[in-house]
Amino acid sequence: MTRHRGRGIASINYPIGMNLGGDPSQALVHSNPSGKFTVALSSIDLGQGMKSVTRQICAETLGVPVEDVYVDTADSDTGPHCMGSFASRGTHRVGNAVMAAAREARGVMMEAAAEELEVNAADLETDGRGNIHVKGAPHRSISTKDVAIAAQFKQGKTIAGRGIFLVPLSNVDPETGEMSPATCYAHACLVAEVEVDDETGEVTMIRMDSAYELGRALNPRLVEQQLVGGAWMGVSHALYETPEPYYPDPIHGPRDFVEYVMPGPGDVCPHDIAVLERPAPDGPFGAKGPGEMCANPVLPAVANAIFNAVGVRIDDLPITPEKVLRAIKAEGGARPQARR
Amino acid sequence: MAKTALQFRHNSSDVAIFVDGGTNLLVALRELIGDMTPKFGCGQGGCGTCSVLIDGELHLSCLTLAETVAGRSVETLDSLKQGPNLHPLQRAFAENFAAQCGYCTPGMLMAAKALLDRNPSPSRAEVVEAISGNICRCTGYEPIINAILAASGDRASA
Repeated sequence: MTRHRGRGIASINYPIGMNLGGDPSQALVHSNPSGKFTVALSSIDLGQGMKSVTRQICAETLGVPVEDVYVDTADSDTGPHCMGSFASRGTHRVGNAVMAAAREARGVMMEAAAEELEVNAADLETDGRGNIHVKGAPHRSISTKDVAIAAQFKQGKTIAGRGIFLVPLSNVDPETGEMSPATCYAHACLVAEVEVDDETGEVTMIRMDSAYELGRALNPRLVEQQLVGGAWMGVSHALYETPEPYYPDPIHGPRDFVEYVMPGPGDVCPHDIAVLERPAPDGPFGAKGPGEMCANPVLPAVANAIFNAVGVRIDDLPITPEKVLRAIKAEGGARPQARR
Repeated sequence: MAKTALQFRHNSSDVAIFVDGGTNLLVALRELIGDMTPKFGCGQGGCGTCSVLIDGELHLSCLTLAETVAGRSVETLDSLKQGPNLHPLQRAFAENFAAQCGYCTPGMLMAAKALLDRNPSPSRAEVVEAISGNICRCTGYEPIINAILAASGDRASA
């Protein structure tokens, strides 16, 4: 029995969002009499932090503290329409819609403040701490709360905004086959190091090193948590998980978490991540979003690392010990490739 | 089927309920007592999110017959928070971004509490061992391991 080390690399070019009949998301922003703002969405936060990110985007655009913004993801019956949380589209599509809605609401808020301060709205600015004042004259100031109250009870104005962000459907050119399915792309490169046991076929992750280019990281800690966790979804797809291990034959499908295998805390390995920020021209504050890309480069990198370790090329996922052993047998034994 | 009267300690209060024979502790806690903090994941003891402490020991409530806890003390995640104050483990989980979708978190916290109650300064390997019965799909475990080590106040490594 020998354990063979191998290293594999993969680079990916990842489109943000999708192209099935156009890709829109909507958002509504309104102020409450307390001077706080509500963002209404039907987009769902699956735990990766879209609520936090849209809250930041709204607060930054309005010019108010992040504490003054509440994001209500409600549901698809009562919220403005969203295509959904998938295809890594949340930050980019929903973020842009929130930004548009917040911009419109800010316009009304500044008009209402201008009326209270008896100045021109163009001469006003927000201080980001909940006040609006005359440029160059901070003492000529009114709080966003007082503006909200004046707008509601005195001026009869709704401090509110509507936003939509649409990436229109891109049809395939029948002559050339060309299309533009996405407006921006994120990028990643990942190096996986594995150890393959040529007697059991087991693959152990030794370490990962990666670089992700995902536009501006609006919330670096949330980006990090997605990249750290998402890489293990990738490992899981590469090595463990499948509902149909003998697809297309449905036999031997897993019935529990003993048979539907996932990595446990003892399987994780060190992972060094570099985040590169190259703002996207059409992203909210330059953001693209990490999303599914967290997992994608891991699969080919692991497959390549296994080839590097024992010289077998497996293109059928997940790469189970059984497949590794059968392939090694077919090759007449492990054939470690040159260390890379 | 005849119901059985069952009394036990649930967090800081004594409870008395009537259970059907064969009712598991998870169902008793969630449906009869209304404590929704232990989650139903697989119902087969494979995921760990239903973990509770029985007399201080970690157990899978989905595989525990409710009747077996008669006269014993059952602690759930609901016991950790003291009013508005988070438990140090909960704070560490928040600070270390140890939850995303959050479905495994109740079980992770109870497994971590069971560990720290018997071993206040565990090594990294001991933390990994302690949560090895709990599956997390989002975090890649690393932030959870770091959170438990941070809460232990002793960052000694294996």
